[in-house]
Amino acid sequence: MDNIAGTKSSLTWATHISVVFLVVIWLVPTIGLFVSSFRERDQISASGWWEAPFPVELTARGRTASTAEQEGDLFVVTGNIYDDEEAASYFPDGGSDVVAFGTRGVNPTEFEAGTTADLGDGETLTVNADGTYRWETPEDPGDRGQRVYFAAESPPEFTLANYRQVLTADNMDRAFINTLTVTVPATIIPILVAAFAAYALAWMDFPGRGLLIALVVGLLVVPLQLALVPMLDLHNRIGIGQSFMGIWFAHTAFGMPLAVYLLRNYMVGLPRDIIESAKVDGATDFQLFVKIILPLSLPALAAFSIFQFLWTWNDLLVAKVFLPSDDASKVMTVKIADDLLGSRGGDWGILATAAFVSIAVPLIVFFSMQRFLVRGLLAGSVK
Amino acid sequence: MPVVLQGILTILIGVGGCIAYFYFSNLVLDKVIFPAKGENAGRNINRANQVRPWLFLFPAIFVLGLYLVYPVVGSLIRSFYGRDGQEFVGLTYYALLFSGGDFTRAFLNNLLWVLFVPAASTFIGLVAAQLTDKLSWGNLAKSLIFMPMAISFVGASLIWKFVYANDAEIGLINAIRASLGFENPIDVLQIPFWNNFFLMVILIWIQTGFAMVILSAALRGIPEETIEAAILDGANPWQLFFKIKVPQIMSTIVVVWTTITILVLKVFDIVYTMTGGNFGTEILPSYMMDYFVTSKGYASAIAIVIMITVLPVMIWNIRQARREMR
Repeated sequence: MDNIAGTKSSLTWATHISVVFLVVIWLVPTIGLFVSSFRERDQISASGWWEAPFPVELTARGRTASTAEQEGDLFVVTGNIYDDEEAASYFPDGGSDVVAFGTRGVNPTEFEAGTTADLGDGETLTVNADGTYRWETPEDPGDRGQRVYFAAESPPEFTLANYRQVLTADNMDRAFINTLTVTVPATIIPILVAAFAAYALAWMDFPGRGLLIALVVGLLVVPLQLALVPMLDLHNRIGIGQSFMGIWFAHTAFGMPLAVYLLRNYMVGLPRDIIESAKVDGATDFQLFVKIILPLSLPALAAFSIFQFLWTWNDLLVAKVFLPSDDASKVMTVKIADDLLGSRGGDWGILATAAFVSIAVPLIVFFSMQRFLVRGLLAGSVK
Repeated sequence: MPVVLQGILTILIGVGGCIAYFYFSNLVLDKVIFPAKGENAGRNINRANQVRPWLFLFPAIFVLGLYLVYPVVGSLIRSFYGRDGQEFVGLTYYALLFSGGDFTRAFLNNLLWVLFVPAASTFIGLVAAQLTDKLSWGNLAKSLIFMPMAISFVGASLIWKFVYANDAEIGLINAIRASLGFENPIDVLQIPFWNNFFLMVILIWIQTGFAMVILSAALRGIPEETIEAAILDGANPWQLFFKIKVPQIMSTIVVVWTTITILVLKVFDIVYTMTGGNFGTEILPSYMMDYFVTSKGYASAIAIVIMITVLPVMIWNIRQARREMR
C-alpha cells in the first residue's frame, strides 16, 4: 500500500528481519515442546532440546569383572564395561562410544579413552572407546572388581517411547476420550439453541428486543467464576452433581452469549429481500429459518463451533469444578495440571508428550479451519 | 466405553430434543393454540407471530438466566455468609480486600495483569499486523503467530516451562544465561514481583495473534486515498503509521483491548499450572479456586470482586452496542 505513490519503502529489509524475529520468538517454545516429546528422559536432562540433533555425553558408572588371570606378577582382568549390569543400565539401547573414564566419582572423566591410567600401587587401567578394558593389579582382586566411571557419547536419539507410555500406561487415553465426550455435545447443542435465538433477535419484531440484545452483550462480559459456587450447589441439589451432564449444561450456557452475539451479528447482515420474498411466498418462520437462514449462516456457524470447540477442549476451570475428580472422569487438561505436573514434575519427556497429545487436536482443527475462524472473529468485532 | 455411549446418546437426545422442541412448539402454536383458520384466522396469525419469538428465544434465555444471571445474585448472597453458608458474616470478606493480606496481593497482581497484558498484546499485535501486511510470506507468518490461540492455557504453560526451567540443560533462559557466562541457573518464577511478568508473557504469547488478525483486517479497511494523500504530502512511514493509520482504526483497537481485558480476568490456568499461586503470583481467579472447596462464602466474595472489576467494561460494551443499533 505504501508503494502507491511511487515511493519505494527503504524499510523493506528491516520489515523482513523483524517479522522473522517475531515468528522465531513465537515458534521456538512450541518447537521445544515438540522436540522434547521425542527424547528420552536421560537425554532431556543431559542436554537442551536445541542440542537434540547432536550426540549427548552421559556419565555412567560400572564395575569391572573380578575374575583375573595371572600373568607373571600381575593379575589381569579384561572384559567389556558394557557387560556390567550397572553400566549397561545407563544405556538401554546398547553401548555408545566411551570418551573418557576415571576411577573416582569426583572426577569421572579424568583419563581419555584409550589411554592407560596409573592408579598407584602398580595398578593400571585402560578403557577403550568400544568399552573394552584391561585392568592390571599386583594383588588378587578377590570378588570385587574395580569401580569405573566413564563418559560415553550417545548418538542423538529420537524415540516414540514417551508416546507409548502416555497413550497406554498413564490413563491419558481415558482422559482423551473424556475430553472428547465433554467437547462434542458442548459444541453442538449451544449452536442449535443459539441459532434460533439469534434469528429471533435479528429478524423478528417483538417488544423488548433491544433490551435482550443489550443483555446478551452485557452477559458476554460476566466472568464465569461467578457461576461456579451457586451452580455447583444447584447441581448438587437437583441431583446432577458433578457429572458429564452438568458440564454439558455449564459449557452450553457459558458459550451462549458469544454464540448468540456472533450469529445475530451475522444474520442481521443477510439480505432483507430474500427473507421478505420468502415470507410473501408464505413460508413460516420455522421454514424460513431452517431452509434459508441456516444454510446462509454456515460461515458464522462454523466460526462459532470452532471457538466453542477450542474453548471446551482447552478448558481447565469448568472441568475442575463440574466434573468429579476421580481418575475415570478426568479430562486431559486436568490430568496434566493435577496429576502429571504433581507426581511426574521432573519427568519432562512425559510432560512434553502429554501436552503435545492434548494440543494436537486443536492445532489440527485450527490449521484446517483457520479461514472460518478468522471470518468469525471479524464478524464479532469489526464493523 | 459407557462414557462414550453416554456422550453419543446425549448428543442425540440434546440435538434431537432441541430440534423436536423448536419443531413441535411451532406446530402446536400454529395448529392448536392459534390455528390460522376459522373465524379468527387473521387475529390468530398475528397472535401466533407475537408468541413465536419467545418460543425461539426460550432455551437460550433459560440457560443464560440460570447460569449467568442467577449466579450474580447467588454469589452476592453467599458472599455475606460463612464457609458453610449458614452463619451471616456481612462484609467481613470484603474487608479483607483492604487488609493488605493475600486478597489485596491477588487484587493488585490482577490489576497488573489487566493493565499489562492487553496493552502488550494489542501493541505487538498491531506491529505484527502492520509488518506482515506488506510481505509476500505475510500470511504464513500470521498463521504462525496466530497458532497459540489454539493451544490450551495448560499446554501453553507447559510449553513455557521448557523456557523458564531452573536448569541450563532444559530451560532456554538459563541456557542463554549460561552461555553468557553466568554460573548458577535461576528460577525466574521465584523472582519477587517480576515473576508476575514472566507469567503474563505466556498470555501475551497466546493473545497477540488474536489482536493481530483483527487489527490487520482493520488496517486493510483503511481507505487508500487517505494514505495516498499523506504520502504525497511527504509523510514518512512512521508518521504514516501513527498519525494516519492508527487514528483511523482506533475503535477496533479499543474493541481488541477490551476483549483481551475481559479474558485476562478469567484466566486462572496459567498461574495454577506454573506456580500454584506461590511466590507472590496469586491473582483473583486462582485465589478464588484456593477457597472453592473450603469456604464458599469467601470464594463467592472473590468472584464478586472479579465481577466488579469488569463492570466498567460491561457498561461500556452495552453502550457501544446500543449506539450501533440505532
